Amino acid sequence: MNTPDKTTEHKVIPIVVAAPPAPASPTAPMIRTLGLVSAICGLIIVGAYQGTYDAVAANKRIATERAVFKVIPAAKSIAEYVALPAGGIEPRVGAGDTAPGGVKFFAAYDADGKLAGIAAEGGAKGYADTVRIMFGYSPDCQCVVGIGVVAMRETPGIGDKIVTDKNFLANFNALDVKLKGDLSALANEVRAVKHGAKTSPWQVDAIAGATITSRAVGRAINDSAQVLLPRLVPNLDKLRSKS
Amino acid sequence: MNPSTAVTWDEFMEGVWRQNPVFVMVLGMCPTLAVTVSVVNALSMGVSTMLVLIASCGLVSMMRKITPKEVRIAVYIVIIATFVTVVDYAIQAISLTLYDALGAFIQLIVVNCIILGRAEAHAAKNPPLPAMINAAGMGVGFTIGLLALGTVREVLGAGTLFGVTLFGVGFQPWVIMVLPPGGFFVLGAWLLFFSWLERRKLRRRQAKLVEATQNA
Amino acid sequence: MHESAFQIFINALLANNFVLAMFLGLCPFLGVSGRLDTAFPMGVATTFVMLVASLCAYGLNLLLSAFHLEFLRLISYIVIIASAVQLVEMVLKKYSPKLFRALGIYLPLITTNCAVLGVALFQTAREYDFVQSVTFSVGGGAGFTLALVLMASVRERLTLSNVPDLAQGTALSLMLAGILSLSFMGFAGLGG
Repeated sequence: MNTPDKTTEHKVIPIVVAAPPAPASPTAPMIRTLGLVSAICGLIIVGAYQGTYDAVAANKRIATERAVFKVIPAAKSIAEYVALPAGGIEPRVGAGDTAPGGVKFFAAYDADGKLAGIAAEGGAKGYADTVRIMFGYSPDCQCVVGIGVVAMRETPGIGDKIVTDKNFLANFNALDVKLKGDLSALANEVRAVKHGAKTSPWQVDAIAGATITSRAVGRAINDSAQVLLPRLVPNLDKLRSKS
Repeated sequence: MNPSTAVTWDEFMEGVWRQNPVFVMVLGMCPTLAVTVSVVNALSMGVSTMLVLIASCGLVSMMRKITPKEVRIAVYIVIIATFVTVVDYAIQAISLTLYDALGAFIQLIVVNCIILGRAEAHAAKNPPLPAMINAAGMGVGFTIGLLALGTVREVLGAGTLFGVTLFGVGFQPWVIMVLPPGGFFVLGAWLLFFSWLERRKLRRRQAKLVEATQNA
Repeated sequence: MHESAFQIFINALLANNFVLAMFLGLCPFLGVSGRLDTAFPMGVATTFVMLVASLCAYGLNLLLSAFHLEFLRLISYIVIIASAVQLVEMVLKKYSPKLFRALGIYLPLITTNCAVLGVALFQTAREYDFVQSVTFSVGGGAGFTLALVLMASVRERLTLSNVPDLAQGTALSLMLAGILSLSFMGFAGLGG
């Protein structure tokens, strides 16, 4: 910083004064630097976002497809829909976030273009963090036909048994999720019960020693189904064949 | 080796050993303990942090002459956050499974004390190339620290290495190792080990000195 | 998600304690927990910053989502946090200079405290609404303070005990933290 006036001033004034504090940087360079940094960083971020957008979208699509095909084995293609808060469904366009209150689900079609099942995601807090699962729903039996774990951070060897334990997974071969007569909610709440205490087709037999994670799976299905199915079931005919 | 290359090798090794961020400076603890449940995760986190370190120190160094003192921390933070965002999207584009495994800790690289500390202590005072080499050294040191932890925790806690099962069916994994307390214990154990090494070195040096004075 | 505010609070405080289970806020945890009289004010100051950060992050997220600028999330969160810490510093300096001096260098270091940015990031990832976010940040801060106070109390006791020289310092703190973390695992499932 060039402040020749100040230095000559000090030479001229013969009074001995304590050295003044170093002059604060003038605001112009500060604003200029901040502006320059923001511009550069903004460009870098936008560039990275655009550059990776397609790859990220492809990855997400592949992951979703894999999850849906796992829970509905007969599926050959999927179409994404949103169940609207006011009832009714519409195809989902674009990859942005769903409108508030809307629930995403996937209609899975078999090789002949007929509806093989519906798949939807649900999540609930497990032991360590959220357990996110994808479950498959069959309109014909009004039941859940399979689950797949999308993301979880449960204890290895204990909580992660929900992926491997055959008896636990058998809970979801025909989990009853029928709706009440007025189609406003599930007839019976889906929840996990203590290992060995299952009596009804809408209960989930928890894994012994992994109750918290098992309960999370039950809650995930329940919370998701309670919102999705009342909106979905009245509109099932629209989905019967691939449009 | 001519002096300038000697200087740069030294700069690099400083971060790797003498000032290892994990074992010596004990900085950047949060990702160190959270992510090291497996070697793959540890390696990915280490490499990501190193890339952010190099890029941020490079840019900070390039801008050092025009960054006024008062706004320097804000500038450093913005630069670091930018490169962390880039790495965040890059990992998503490479592997969503890895992204899920590392979770929020990728974005938490922003507040990793190592990077801000390096930028302030070194990159702001040196030209870009030495700054980036030093940053690379720190990054490698950090990665080594993470790997040391990750290996122990994965082998003991899951019986695998890089996902490859090591032991037979009879092996009972020591699950606590991959849980939070295990992280604390393993790092504490490593620090104990290095402390013991230091003491042994010191004792030997003292013994040599005593011998030398006796023989003189 | 459908967690109640009470569940979120209890979880953040005990079962998923920010420091002992989620590994957030470790640098100050190991650095400031030597003495009880600095540990507690540090915890409170951090809780306050976490609350402010949570509120700002909630608002910022709404704003950014409305304009589809999600990629600016991280950078805007951290800038807001840095500003919030500056604000707290100025307020403390003016109204409680003694506390300001006692906390010293650790006050600006709250900016790089993973717990503060962690609150903002986790509440965004879990899509908490306003009430959930506030209870999450207050619970998290309370959990941080709890862990800090527990650690400080034990460490103060330990300075009077016979600890082998080899283990002094950070190694000991880490072993302590491990035992604390182990005991906190007993709270699992408390939040339902």
